[in-house]
Amino acid sequence: MSAHADTHAHDDDHGHHHKETFVTKYIFSQDHKMIAKQYLITGTIMGVIGVLMSMMFRMQIAWPEQPNVLFEALLGKWAPDGVMDADIYLALVTIHGTIMVFFVLTAGLSGTFSNLLIPLQIGARDMASGFLNMVSYWLFFLSSVIMILSLFLEAGPAAAGWTIYPPLSALPMAQGGSGMGMTMWLVSMAIFIASSLLGSLNYIVTVINLRTKGMSMTRLPLTIWAFFVTAVIGVISFPVLLSAALLLIMDRSFGTSFFLSDIFIQGEVLHYQGGSPVLFEHLFWFLGHPEVYIVLLPALGITSEVIATNSRKPIFGYRAMIASILAIAFLSTIVWGHHMFISGMNPFLGSVFTFTTLLIAIPSAVKAFNYITTLWKGNLQMNPAMLFSIGLVSTFITGGLTGIILGDSALDINVHDTYFVVAHFHLVMGISALYGMFAGIYHWFPKMFGRMLNKNLGYVHFWVTAVCAYGVFFPMHFIGMAGLPRRYYTNSNFPLFDDLANVNVVITIFALIGGVFQIVFLYNFFSSIFYGKKAEQNPWKSNTLEWTTPVKHIHGNWPGEIPHVHRWAYDYSKPGHDNDFVPQNIPLMDGEEELQH
Amino acid sequence: MSTTVVNTGTEGKAWGGGNQPLNASYGKMMMWFFIVSDALTFSGFLAAYGFSRFKFIDAWPIADEVFTHVPFLHGQELPMIYVAFMTFVLIMSSVTMVLAVDAGHHLNKSKVTIYMFLTIIGGLIFVGSQAWEWATFIKGDYGAIQTKGGNILQFVDTDGRRVALRDFVVAGEHERVQQEQKNGIWFVSEGTLPTYTVEEVIHGLEAHDNILIRTQTLTEHGHKTVLSREESLKQIKLNGKAVVEGANLHVNEYGSPLFADFFFFITGFHGFHVFSGVVINIIIFFNVILGTYERRKNYEMVEKVGLYWHFVDLVWVFVFTFFYLV
Repeated sequence: MSAHADTHAHDDDHGHHHKETFVTKYIFSQDHKMIAKQYLITGTIMGVIGVLMSMMFRMQIAWPEQPNVLFEALLGKWAPDGVMDADIYLALVTIHGTIMVFFVLTAGLSGTFSNLLIPLQIGARDMASGFLNMVSYWLFFLSSVIMILSLFLEAGPAAAGWTIYPPLSALPMAQGGSGMGMTMWLVSMAIFIASSLLGSLNYIVTVINLRTKGMSMTRLPLTIWAFFVTAVIGVISFPVLLSAALLLIMDRSFGTSFFLSDIFIQGEVLHYQGGSPVLFEHLFWFLGHPEVYIVLLPALGITSEVIATNSRKPIFGYRAMIASILAIAFLSTIVWGHHMFISGMNPFLGSVFTFTTLLIAIPSAVKAFNYITTLWKGNLQMNPAMLFSIGLVSTFITGGLTGIILGDSALDINVHDTYFVVAHFHLVMGISALYGMFAGIYHWFPKMFGRMLNKNLGYVHFWVTAVCAYGVFFPMHFIGMAGLPRRYYTNSNFPLFDDLANVNVVITIFALIGGVFQIVFLYNFFSSIFYGKKAEQNPWKSNTLEWTTPVKHIHGNWPGEIPHVHRWAYDYSKPGHDNDFVPQNIPLMDGEEELQH
Repeated sequence: MSTTVVNTGTEGKAWGGGNQPLNASYGKMMMWFFIVSDALTFSGFLAAYGFSRFKFIDAWPIADEVFTHVPFLHGQELPMIYVAFMTFVLIMSSVTMVLAVDAGHHLNKSKVTIYMFLTIIGGLIFVGSQAWEWATFIKGDYGAIQTKGGNILQFVDTDGRRVALRDFVVAGEHERVQQEQKNGIWFVSEGTLPTYTVEEVIHGLEAHDNILIRTQTLTEHGHKTVLSREESLKQIKLNGKAVVEGANLHVNEYGSPLFADFFFFITGFHGFHVFSGVVINIIIFFNVILGTYERRKNYEMVEKVGLYWHFVDLVWVFVFTFFYLV
């Protein structure tokens, strides 16, 4: 063992299991499995809030300016006589976006599965630094609390859109939510970034340093590759959002002019001069675009694992999958300008960003085809996790194709800021990542809680969700191409859009059904924690190391020595073996040769 | 799936666990990735600075005219001398840090102590110098007039030398008092009331034939444009809005307020890093003295804070280059 034997993450110190109190076991836990569960539960609660918000503003957009008892009950003074106020519509859209992107699909997804799977799948006793891991979760918790508290401000929460473009975000007097609401948004996000940084540092060094013997980088399960690269992108892109947020705070509170120039408000000339809101857009989207892949890559990694396991076949193109993850990660940092085609950016620069953006189609297509070829002629086990993974492949392709349209500046300009964009990004990152998260939950629930989720409820959950998700987002392409702008709280003032009102009603009905049916999942999830069928050791007959740990969690993961790894993670249906799976810790048989994957 | 096989059979070349492939402990690696992350935060700021500077490339203040002060040498124009000293001190503190790390490798406690101490002193001198630099910049020296368009008009004599407001303007009786919250009148918050009013400056300018106005626009030779006498009087009477003395986050007597905004923010953010570095160094310094690492037979903590310290120095090299040199 190397010189730093002072760490806890190694073979030889699982002896000192001191008695854990309730607080150290369930609250300030440093055990990665407990932290993963904390992330999952917090993310689920945030997800419920985010989905409820979307159901509310969908009701508003379908039946604008009509009294609604729900609004009256939930929004209070924001919905006088049950008619939703325009300000709160914007606030709901803003907070829905923020919560779903950052709190559910970044922290909820990466936080849960990176924490759970990295040590278990690479064969480590815990994360490199359990303490930092705990701090990371509690910072995330704190930022969630601040974000939720901002909903109860008198002037309302932030309402500048989740992209918080100045001047709406930079001038405290611009609108209701620009004051304290925006400040709390920024504070919450700054804490969130710190949490994400600590988490990512842990994931990266754990993957690099703490792999068990035999677990070379080319034997890592693709989940780990995805989490690893996600963490690297996070370390590279989140700090730039921090730069933007700090400059914005300076503009808001100390009167600097970084993002503001020559502004008149309520007849008063403000002193700001020289700044540029486009600068903010550059800084924001330098995070904002990689963020898409921070959300998506873990879901793709989970899908790789679930599809290979449930097709009982080796993943097709293992190295191509790694290469495409790396290519996506690299390209994601040089395409941010495609969000800004109509910001007044130089058209030549626009064409450069078009080029880099369209390049991303290549690694994305590699991944999509690899999934399909893995499924091809497989012995498919259609459990809920598998269904959600196939669902991900479907929405990833559907959303990806419109991405090619939006990535091209000449085409994008026509549909910019319409529902076409909403449809695109919800399918390709929202629904895809959510499916990946569901697939992960259905697949690793036994590992997390030692019990099985109810399969039949899982089927109901998948099919209703899948139909509703397409029911919501597919028609949006058409109303988007018809020119319907996003973020308008009502379109009733535009006779031009009268014909689209019915489509909006259909979308909303799908959204309501889909939203309400998530109760099936929540019921399944929470009741199975306590009453689900007891899990077996390896319920999915999977190869990866996490299924060699005891069903009942212990600190340090393996009771004895950490298993050594002798093969890659995808020896499914390998000829010459009795079972159709050969776990990674099984040594090669006499005369057996490792697949040149 | 390719089914070609290789003859591994033996596990001889297999991955053996431990610190490979990068051969660094997890703590050191975390520091490295933290540095990557922090470097990108600074890159965000410096990119924003570049973006804004290029927007005003023909009217950006000339750093050689702004940072001319050296402590104890009042009234002399010594551009870049003091900041060069600060930079030298900071880089020397990096050198002593390297020596401390090296002494740590040899488990030489007394040498580590001495070099850590010198590093801390270097950091403190730098932070102190930066405070002085800020104070000087905030105070300003010549004073200027801000126009209605937000531009800055400065004063020079016929030889092109800068002239301070106090040299030609006579302060009269001020009727207006600084507005404060307790006065009970509605007002927009204002900065400190300057020594002179615009009218007094105009009178002063009219009374001195040899004083001209210099605008912030750069000529093709990289100098500021100097107006003729008639043009000067016309400009100030037509456009003069406020007297500006020194620089803050709203106005800047040297030119664009963005220059001051970025200067304060970026050097402030860097100074905060140096300050944190000094605090961390002090903690490690006491651990060294108490023998914590001696007992551990391992001075890696010194190496980790050393990494951070070198990073902070490296960032300064960029800040120094972009704010002072180019």
